[in-house]
Amino acid sequence: MEFFDIVVSILGSTVRLSIPLLFTALAGLFSERAGIFDIGLEGKMLAAAFASAVAAYLTGSPWLGLLAGIGVSIMFSLVHGFASITNRGNQIVSGVALNFVAIGLTVVLGQAWFGQGGRTPQLPGDARFSPIILPGADAVREVPILGPLYANVISGNNILTYMAFVAVPIAWWVLFRTRFGLRLRAVGENPGAVDTAGISVSWMRYRAVIVAGFLCGFSGTYLAIAQSAAFINNMSAGKGYIALAALIFAKWKPVPVMFACLLFGFLDAVANFMQGKSVPLIGEVPVQIFQALPYILTCILLAGFIGVARAPKAGGAPYVKER
Amino acid sequence: MTTASVPLPNWITYGLIPLMNLMLAFFLSGLVVWSIGESPWEALKFLIQGSLGRGDAIGFTLFYTTSFIFTGLSVAVAFHAGLFNIGSEGQAYVGGLGAALAALALDRYVPWYVTMPFAIAGAAIFGAAWALIPAWLQAKRGSHIVITTIMFNFIAAALMVYLLVNVLIVPGKMAPETRTFLEGGQLPKLDWLMALFGLDLGPAPFNVSFLIALVMCYLVWLLIWRTKFGYEMRTLGISPSAAIYAGVPYVRTVIIAMLISGGLAGMMALNAVNGAAARLQVEFVAGAGFVGIAVSLMGRSHPVGIILAALLFGILYQGGADLSFEMPTITRDMIVVIQGLVILFAGALEHMLRPAVVRIYQQFAKA
Amino acid sequence: MSLDPSTVPAIELVGIDKKFGPVHANKNINLTVAKGTIHGIIGENGAGKSTLMSILYGFYQADQGQIHIHGKQTVIRDSQAAISLGIGMVHQHFMLVENFTVLENIILGVEGGMLLGRDTDRARAKLQQLQKDYGLDVDLDAIIEELPVGRQQRVEILKALYRGADILILDEPTGVLTPAEADHLFEVLRVLREQGKTIILITHKLREIMAITDEVSVMRRGEMVATRTTAETTVEELAELMVGRRVLLHVDKDAARPGPVLLSVKNLTVKDGRGVTMVDDVSFDVRAGEIVGIAGVAGNGQSELLEAIAGIRKPSSGEILIDGQPVAGLDAARRRDLGLAHIPEDRHHMGLVLKFEEYENAILGYHRDEKYGRGGFLDLEAIRKDAEEKIAKYDIRPPNPRLKTANFSGGNQQKIVVAREIERDPKLLIVGQPTRGVDVGAIEFIHRRIIETRDAGKAVLLVSVELDEIRSLSDRILVMFAGRIVGEKTSDAGEQTLGLMMAGIAA
Repeated sequence: MEFFDIVVSILGSTVRLSIPLLFTALAGLFSERAGIFDIGLEGKMLAAAFASAVAAYLTGSPWLGLLAGIGVSIMFSLVHGFASITNRGNQIVSGVALNFVAIGLTVVLGQAWFGQGGRTPQLPGDARFSPIILPGADAVREVPILGPLYANVISGNNILTYMAFVAVPIAWWVLFRTRFGLRLRAVGENPGAVDTAGISVSWMRYRAVIVAGFLCGFSGTYLAIAQSAAFINNMSAGKGYIALAALIFAKWKPVPVMFACLLFGFLDAVANFMQGKSVPLIGEVPVQIFQALPYILTCILLAGFIGVARAPKAGGAPYVKER
Repeated sequence: MTTASVPLPNWITYGLIPLMNLMLAFFLSGLVVWSIGESPWEALKFLIQGSLGRGDAIGFTLFYTTSFIFTGLSVAVAFHAGLFNIGSEGQAYVGGLGAALAALALDRYVPWYVTMPFAIAGAAIFGAAWALIPAWLQAKRGSHIVITTIMFNFIAAALMVYLLVNVLIVPGKMAPETRTFLEGGQLPKLDWLMALFGLDLGPAPFNVSFLIALVMCYLVWLLIWRTKFGYEMRTLGISPSAAIYAGVPYVRTVIIAMLISGGLAGMMALNAVNGAAARLQVEFVAGAGFVGIAVSLMGRSHPVGIILAALLFGILYQGGADLSFEMPTITRDMIVVIQGLVILFAGALEHMLRPAVVRIYQQFAKA
Repeated sequence: MSLDPSTVPAIELVGIDKKFGPVHANKNINLTVAKGTIHGIIGENGAGKSTLMSILYGFYQADQGQIHIHGKQTVIRDSQAAISLGIGMVHQHFMLVENFTVLENIILGVEGGMLLGRDTDRARAKLQQLQKDYGLDVDLDAIIEELPVGRQQRVEILKALYRGADILILDEPTGVLTPAEADHLFEVLRVLREQGKTIILITHKLREIMAITDEVSVMRRGEMVATRTTAETTVEELAELMVGRRVLLHVDKDAARPGPVLLSVKNLTVKDGRGVTMVDDVSFDVRAGEIVGIAGVAGNGQSELLEAIAGIRKPSSGEILIDGQPVAGLDAARRRDLGLAHIPEDRHHMGLVLKFEEYENAILGYHRDEKYGRGGFLDLEAIRKDAEEKIAKYDIRPPNPRLKTANFSGGNQQKIVVAREIERDPKLLIVGQPTRGVDVGAIEFIHRRIIETRDAGKAVLLVSVELDEIRSLSDRILVMFAGRIVGEKTSDAGEQTLGLMMAGIAA
């Protein structure tokens, strides 16, 4: 394969692999900016993937699949909220618990309903989100450099991919240009300030975790009925944690979140590409290096070696009025 | 607010409320079983029979229990020092490397009981080493240990796959695993112990690690409640300000507590690698590190509680396997659901029932 | 300033009562605040001032009692209700989001519409007007954490005014301010009063009360003990009302026989977490066989001084010598090895681990002793025996070393700490608020022990906000004000003299 074709192919899969990370990291952004740690992103994504695959299979509509994914994901969020906001439980423990429930329940229900070892039945093309060919994609394919980039990287993705990239400026706008965003960020930094301003801390935080559930609904749906054509056991495969890493790596800011997700998606794409190939001079580079890099980078960042990752100040702590 | 300060007798706080939380988790699990059209009672019957009904079933149950004791102790030790170690999974994985290297180096030359101390040391040292960096980052740089240990689980997974695929694999074989240890590198089964109770172990991999786990329970109990370091750990875990007042050194305490925690997690590999598989395999930990979280939460971070909770999860894991065989509609993953619900109710929602219990208790106390 | 009795009071509290579990924070409080005045509420830490104001601001609900605002009885369910009644509050710990701009902080909760754009511009215009009216200049686009504390406080005041407050509560507003900043704050408050705002000023600083208030109410131990017109009262009277305890504490003791210097503090300066200087170039010695008392109103740097000596807080400059040894860089444990014992001010967070059983707390800080077990192990039998001996000697009740510490009364908890520290037979004992929240019987007992410690030839440094305690125990008295030692007196110094020094008025 020619070098340029390789680049285009890697970039194309970078985009595809970044999308679930992006939705999920944005979900984490809303939750953590409001002071609720969310280890349960992984579980929400997985539950949403299952729900969307089931609903798309039953109704034949990817949009109803998306709706189901969002609904189930929000239900998980509400349980997380009930534990960590209403009952002031440990947010980490709650997230870990919900991840287990999601991993287990999807397979148990999948097996009970479809008897395929936890998988859901293969979806026909029109029950999925299929690639959209943008206007002129075929026409410009032959144009050097830009042509293939447009045709293979920009065009040919499904609607959710484009929505993910649209979601970034929207998330930024909501967080930094609306009343809701102002209050949400405030509640993650100093809930006391929000409380004394006469705003309910609990309700604010509930709304934040609901938004997180909403966005995880998209990432799960993308996994099951856009990227694949069915739900497969544990198909999120740790992506929720990579998204969490991306969120930290981006220091809890929306636009850097996008770049962090693209970077981690790129590493994933390179890892896939490098499988069994050898690089001149170096020889075969183990793919595991690329798989581990997001986590290693995040740890280095957390250690304070590349700038300071300042987490929302009230993160992880249930709000109790001071005496 | 008002009910939080009402003191309850210990039997309610440490007995009744955890039990009620557990019952809630099982009740919901039963609902799941019922909702997919099976009888929860039948399922429970298969579960119990499958885990305790025969010699080999008990053997398998105790095999799982052994792994969970190690990881449960691991989580508990860190927890006493106020640290939430989610990294037992990765520490156990890397610990497997230490255990396997000891076995691979010695199994040709010496009997198992000579290899064993080296395998124990290898597993513990490698597991502890994997906990060292998150511990150091927490103690010195203030990096949240929950996040770093999660990251280190994934880094461990990548590292171990690399080593098994590229370094430790038997040349010419496809499976990413080491060669099978000779008897000198294995930990023998405890069939004699089972025979004492008139049970036949059959093919179950219940092995000497179980005894090591029990010894570790005793040692952890000794550490936490009978040593000066354990006292310092508990002081730091309960009241960081009192720890400063008492001159408990923060950095040293955090790092040592995590090393012990990682070492205990690593020792889980003795059971799975040296005891059962007799070789190091990809993903041999299989979630035992995470079960450790549930076990420690349920066992209230006390070794006796941990043994009981580990036994419960051993029953679930073994019984669940049998159950999925008897009731094909229920897969083994049902255990994972139960595990999640137990963590949810015994952990995150542990105080949910308290206000109601306090109110009922006050009624009785008045009467 | 004349008060017109015919106008309806801005605030009238009738029979306010509030309990937190066993703590009776406010007992049947009555308070009337006239409109357009500055009303001071004074009292020691824990007297119940902040609780009362939190009730007025809707942060807590009173268990009993009524609130009238401008003559109308109201129920203030939450902060929102208080705000809509025109009540604004400047909290002791600022309720600001530190990484937000000034403007964002001010509009939080009253943003106008869903979007921030145009309403923000309107807010900016309104704020600029407010700034001009009241002389509260601060850059609206500055990030809070980059502003000095005095400016942050102005943001809090602006926040209240922006919400249309005509009653402003300030909780210990000068605690974190430099004297110049405090003066500026008082200027602002005077302007606000001229514009007809009603101001409640909570403080424990008598000087401030005298300087700016029209009327003053004194709280003590959850009760409102007196209300005076400021012009008609004196610092002495207020100090007496505030400290209050007229139960004469008489302790028999012989004259001190001072020996060699065991604690030497030289040019010590300590800053708090926010960089505010709490101890300012302090020097003094404590000798064997004497009790040196540090008198002062709470919050004048005594706590930080004690913590610096104990090795809990790092000083920013200066030197501490224990028994002639410089201790810089030694942690609390190493200082204990040099013969230091420390009864901390806060037994709940420092002196005890409340979840521990009694015997476990009886070794806190000394657990590494060979006496309590060889090598790395604890000898529980020896520890419990030791605990039982202390329980008997100090009459700690119930006499059960296996009881959880949280289940002991305040007095008995304090005895656990006192027994542990004194029975160590230290060379130097430093003591903070030894009898806070302790019943009368235990007070006498603890005082007795402290004097015995002195008589055994130990050096004792005592910090207390109870002037009587300082006077009856100390051989020498150092008075601390605003982080400095403003004078030294002997124990027969008059209460008035000391009171004035504590208020920073005379030296």
